[in-house]
Amino acid sequence: MEALKWFTVDFFQALAAGLLVGGTYGLMCVGLGIIFGVMRVVNFAQGDFMMLGMYVTYYLVTFFGIQTLFGPYVGPIVGATLAGPVVFAVGWLVHKFLLARVTGARVISAEAEGHYTQIIMTLGVALVLANGGLILFGSVPLSVRTPLSSESWEVSLIFFNQARTVAFVLAVIAALGLYAFLTRTNLGKALRAAADNPTAAAYVGINVDRCHRLAFALGVGVTAIAGGLIASSQSFQPYIGFDFVIVMYAGVVLGGMGSILGAFWGGLTIGLVQQMSTLILPYQLQNTAIFVVFLLIVFFRPQGMFGRVWERT
Amino acid sequence: MRRTSISKQYAAIFIFAIAYLCIGWFVHNSYYQLMMTLVLIWAAVGVSWNTLSGYSGMISFGHAAFFGLGGYTTTIAFVTFGITPWIGIPLGVVVGVIAGILIGLPTFRLRGHYFALAMLAYPLAMLYVFEWMGYQEVPLPMKREDPAFYAEFNDPRVYMALALVLLIVCMIVALHVERSRFGMSLMAIKQNEPAASAAGINAWRWKMLAMMLSAAMGAAAGGLYVMVLLVVTPQTMFGALVSAQALIMALFGGVGVFWGPVIGAAVLVPLAETLNAHLGSVLPGIQGVVYGIAIIIITLVAPEGIYWRVRDFLAARQPARVLAPLPASRPIAESINVTPIMAPTDCKPAAKDGKVLLSLDHVTRAFGGLKAVDDVTLGIRAGAIHGIIGPNGAGKTTLFNVVNGFLGADSGSITLAGTELVGLAPHDVCGLGIGRTFQVIRAFPRMSVLENVIVGAFIGAQTDTEAERLAMEALDRVGLAGEQAHATAGGLTTKQLRLMELARALAPRPRLLLLDETLAGLAHDALDDILATLRRINRDGVTIAIIEHTMQAMMKLVDEFSVLDHGKLIASGAPTKVVKDPAVIEAYLGRKWMERAKDSVA
Repeated sequence: MEALKWFTVDFFQALAAGLLVGGTYGLMCVGLGIIFGVMRVVNFAQGDFMMLGMYVTYYLVTFFGIQTLFGPYVGPIVGATLAGPVVFAVGWLVHKFLLARVTGARVISAEAEGHYTQIIMTLGVALVLANGGLILFGSVPLSVRTPLSSESWEVSLIFFNQARTVAFVLAVIAALGLYAFLTRTNLGKALRAAADNPTAAAYVGINVDRCHRLAFALGVGVTAIAGGLIASSQSFQPYIGFDFVIVMYAGVVLGGMGSILGAFWGGLTIGLVQQMSTLILPYQLQNTAIFVVFLLIVFFRPQGMFGRVWERT
Repeated sequence: MRRTSISKQYAAIFIFAIAYLCIGWFVHNSYYQLMMTLVLIWAAVGVSWNTLSGYSGMISFGHAAFFGLGGYTTTIAFVTFGITPWIGIPLGVVVGVIAGILIGLPTFRLRGHYFALAMLAYPLAMLYVFEWMGYQEVPLPMKREDPAFYAEFNDPRVYMALALVLLIVCMIVALHVERSRFGMSLMAIKQNEPAASAAGINAWRWKMLAMMLSAAMGAAAGGLYVMVLLVVTPQTMFGALVSAQALIMALFGGVGVFWGPVIGAAVLVPLAETLNAHLGSVLPGIQGVVYGIAIIIITLVAPEGIYWRVRDFLAARQPARVLAPLPASRPIAESINVTPIMAPTDCKPAAKDGKVLLSLDHVTRAFGGLKAVDDVTLGIRAGAIHGIIGPNGAGKTTLFNVVNGFLGADSGSITLAGTELVGLAPHDVCGLGIGRTFQVIRAFPRMSVLENVIVGAFIGAQTDTEAERLAMEALDRVGLAGEQAHATAGGLTTKQLRLMELARALAPRPRLLLLDETLAGLAHDALDDILATLRRINRDGVTIAIIEHTMQAMMKLVDEFSVLDHGKLIASGAPTKVVKDPAVIEAYLGRKWMERAKDSVA
């Protein structure tokens, strides 16, 4: 009986941890989901933009006095939120000077070959960011220390890590805000139109290339915020991006490529899978569990849970 | 596009090998010796990547899986079981090929982005598994008693020679892939997979073979890498940078040509290594930054790689061979030597009331609630030209797609001279003798006209020379023989493309041709030419089913009509009878057509 009780506690503990981690994963996936939905580009550098978000948060919090200004509780959250605009700017520039040359209205109608150039370009950006990060930030793993990281709320034997809980709440708020932006504002509607049918959008006067730039910058910015939020409960180094690329794609594909809400649910599910896998698998294999789930999703339901199925002959 | 002969390529490869060996032999600095070895190993990895992704167009971000498995198999065999790398590397190749099959089986169902992403996941998943199994950093033991038996040499030049042997083997294999139906089929798949399978190419089989070959090369390179470095870590074998390097060598040097990765490695490996040696302590990630910048620049400046850029540049400096355009109004019948073509033996020349060749029996195909083909029963007689007409969305193209295997039938049966077609893949249907063309022209734009048609001929030919002969014969039949056969398909006119597609479908000598709006978008005189060609092909014994909207042309061409509307067959029979059918006039022709037709058709 005792064993069953502890298993139940472990189970709910993993469930709680999965939900909390999953919230930030969900936000991350929303960022990637916007980019894929609007541009139809697989962005391999997404994980590295997230890494950038983590480091920006770290430096803002520790060196630019945000910790001292806002205190150890609110400081890291403010830092993560500010990382968004910083990485937004970086994303804007990367799109303007690099991606715009191989994406956008000019190549949207080109068949597969145009897309390969884009994938490969983003791979180059990923390599530069990850290794440039190594040069700039060093290889020593860091984390954003806050008193919350080691504090927990206990609800009937289940612990809720305070830093993760706060991150979860913020992630949900940010995802909802983004959803409101996309559905309520004219700019958001233009973005969705450009995503749905770039040619038709161009005919009604929407600047598709500018929409792409906005979507890319917004997407990496949102993911950077998510990165900043988990930076307070997870240590990171410049190569962390590649692991998270798979996590994010698993979420986005699970939610259905192109669906923003779906991406959030997908990311949440991946967080659950990661944490629940520790119940049966060794701790080191939790990322392998994600990759296996990702492969299963791609094979059996590539259109995801919320995606549309389209057939063409 | 004419290419250098195989023997010249062999000569070039051996000159390269000897020159490299000569230079390497006089290098005594062990650091440069190592670098020269690494260039060869990464070139081999690049050739491995090219063999799958360069030719077939399925981008792999996971070649580290094969490299790592080869390396780790060699290491574990040596460290745990004391097996020499001379056997360990072949073992690694076996493991790599098995992994290739296991990865290919599910992953080939995916396309484009999904394929690339799934491939990325394999090596990363393996990385964690090997870390978890406790292989964080495994050094290879020193064997003092019999170093040569354990492939441990004091002279680093021996490793260079071994790496050179590996690379030469990979290059020769790749050369033969490029020049055979293997490579041509992969390139056809890359450019237009549906067209390739409709032309009789078993896409899945060729992709799998490419995957196995590619995995073997990658694993061998991984094993050799371990032999040279004498230590393995999961990151150096399975890390994302390894997969990236495989692709970068090929992309930088040239995609889809085996010299490409060699050029890429010769430029990038020394560059990255030198920078790493001089600046590595200050700037630890400089190697990765160099690779990253290299592919960013290459995608902007020369997306297909240096090789093709240089080739285009050289080609532009030579006086261009001007291709005589096809005279538009020359009657086709005069323009070719009409050699009597042997009809397939079981196919008698045009008997209008011959036996039914293709028979559809209560065939239905629905998309959700929409029945695109609804309970259609019809027969196409051997030797006839059978027109299929109907308004847009009537289900005509869907009907062809169901016959040729692109789509499955929900119910009903389709037989070709008694053989059931439902459930067969497109290339099998093609192999039984059904050729087809497409409403939207599906050419292989980067290939020459002749190569386009050769791809279609493979299914009917035992050898590659026979395929070329069949292709020439088919080009002759449609009037595209001669100098035009060597023009690149991307630069043809609509009429030439239509004829080329027709030749591609004709090349394996089919019994039945399915032509989907072959006359669409043609000028009047071009239309007459193609009509004449079609009649002649039919006289030679090929049964034709044709979808067309140009009623005047159809009235002159066909022996029988079938009329579809909303997926249902509403009329079938002789042209004069069908066009007077009230249901057909109601659904498709309209009353005005009836007024005009009274005078012309009677």
